[in-house]
Amino acid sequence: MAELKLSPRVIPDRLQSRGNRLLKSWESLLLVVAVLIFTINSFASPYFLDPWNLSDATFNFTEKAMIAFAMALVIIAGEIDLSVASVIALSSTAMGLAVSFGFDTPVLIGVGLSTGLVCGMINGLLITGLGLPSIVVTIGTMSLFRGLSFIILGDKAFTGYPASFAYFGQGYVWWVFSFEFVLFAVFAAIYSVLLHKTNFGRAVYAIGNNQTAALFSGVRVGRVKFILFLLTGLMAGIASICLTSRLGSTRPSIALGVELEVVTMVVLGGVSILGGSGTIPGVVLAAFIMGMVTFGFGLLNVPGIVMSIFIGVLLISVIALPILWARARRRVAH
Amino acid sequence: MAKILKNREILLVVAIAALLMAITLRFPGFVAPANLARVYNDTSILIILALGQMAVILTRCIDLSMAANLALCGMVAAMINAAFPGVPIPFVILAAVVLGALLGSVNGLLVWKLDIPPIVVTLGTLTIYRGTIFLLSNGAWINAHQMSDAFKALPRAPLAGLPVLSWLSVLAIAAVYLLMTRTPVGRAFYAVGGNPHAAVYTGIDVGRTRFIAYCLSGALAGLSGYLWVSRYAVAYVDIAAGFELDIIAACVIGGISIAGGIGSVPGAVLGSLFLGVIKNALPVVNISPFAQLAISGTVIIIAVAVNARAEKRRGRVILKKAEAV
Repeated sequence: MAELKLSPRVIPDRLQSRGNRLLKSWESLLLVVAVLIFTINSFASPYFLDPWNLSDATFNFTEKAMIAFAMALVIIAGEIDLSVASVIALSSTAMGLAVSFGFDTPVLIGVGLSTGLVCGMINGLLITGLGLPSIVVTIGTMSLFRGLSFIILGDKAFTGYPASFAYFGQGYVWWVFSFEFVLFAVFAAIYSVLLHKTNFGRAVYAIGNNQTAALFSGVRVGRVKFILFLLTGLMAGIASICLTSRLGSTRPSIALGVELEVVTMVVLGGVSILGGSGTIPGVVLAAFIMGMVTFGFGLLNVPGIVMSIFIGVLLISVIALPILWARARRRVAH
Repeated sequence: MAKILKNREILLVVAIAALLMAITLRFPGFVAPANLARVYNDTSILIILALGQMAVILTRCIDLSMAANLALCGMVAAMINAAFPGVPIPFVILAAVVLGALLGSVNGLLVWKLDIPPIVVTLGTLTIYRGTIFLLSNGAWINAHQMSDAFKALPRAPLAGLPVLSWLSVLAIAAVYLLMTRTPVGRAFYAVGGNPHAAVYTGIDVGRTRFIAYCLSGALAGLSGYLWVSRYAVAYVDIAAGFELDIIAACVIGGISIAGGIGSVPGAVLGSLFLGVIKNALPVVNISPFAQLAISGTVIIIAVAVNARAEKRRGRVILKKAEAV
């Protein structure tokens, strides 16, 4: 065993050995962490337990979480999409361009969504059509999409979005429940059903566990992956609409580094970065945890870059801890 | 395989030559030897970094933290110099290189001992290293007047017609070339990337080899940190932000396979030079510098598509037969 301690991807039995049981406990662990952070936050700051403040706090994660749902599927299928933040930027730029041509809200939504879809399609075609590794392709499109924003905008910014457009990022459906939060909840439900209750979701797991076996059992691997990248692009487009509407302006540096937070959210949610396992409820919990931590830090006046250190540490430790834990358990068992 | 690699490098030389010719049509002065030397000097740091990234990619890993590592080491070098101007510059450089290697070894240890996927490790350390710069400097800049003259002068100092910066990159190319082609460690990099299982059976410690690759990339990032800060005479949190993409682009363009085991030092150097020529030519041919990001992105995608075609010829045969049966 010890001599084959190579990339875990080539040892399928290891994935199964710490399979379902640990995963099930992972979500309950997340729940405990979420409750703990919630409690600590409410003691650390007197402003935390205010319904409107909590409502504001949801904006910290709703947009990212919407992308994280699609990203979770991509990662479960054994791929990755690092271009999502750039898709947000390009989509936002396209909407800004549409505004400068005098279009109104319905057209803006169409432009935002279709830009996301086209970006996802480009990723999907390069990865499944040409069979290129998704890491490099999406690093490339990450520069390309944001680069296009820079070409269009340079050092300028688009503002002057119509008043009706503000609803998507600033509107409230009922009481403290913002439009974004409701959208987040709806997508959480849709993606839960898609991943856990449909043939498509089963195919995603199959591809992530063993792509060749999935191919031989009749799963259209290429098509499923293409759809996944399309979905990720679309979700980035939707997130872009929300973010642009919330900020009311577009700069080419919009949503810089968001891909890192989305990947962290997915991994924190218990999705294996090697593919093949993970759940949507886990990602939802992870979204709440990250949102509350950022919000709590914000209330305590911790600068943003320090929060990003925390996210980096979080990303590494949520992956390292289960590995260390499994190792410790194995040692006890022996 | 050697033939394909050879083709790749010739292809790149031809591409760079074609690029230079196209630029010459618009601006003849670009190919003057003095200007070409300037372009090389401007690309030196990218070359040094690409050599480190190459070692990591050869072992089937990736180092996204190089630019953050560079910025942190550069900041530390600048802070040492600002606080103790009397410390001789070689010691400052040594400190930057050692710190860089340490930061690289953190990546290496996480990949080696904990089996965490390299992309996750280095995405995480990227933000941690960047954030650490902020913690160290409190977000303040270290400007030219806080640095000693000797600190700023070294990379510019002329030596036999070229600045020291250029010579350092030449030295790094030679050293890494010897390492890759003439030492067991270099051979191990290729073996680990080519087939990790086979490497284990030939007695190569895969994890340790990856660890060494990360230490090397870290050390080179540390060296580049000093060079960057002293060359531009300023250190702040965001220096070289996003540069990790340029480094990976240089490697991918140079024919280094992201799947590991394939690549050469001349390839990495030529890939860097290709990007360097584009970067220096944009203002000359009146293209907005804002276009550079999009161009690098496009070049990465094209290069990886070309790489994949070159690799397909040898790597995919088994799968195809299995499919046919």
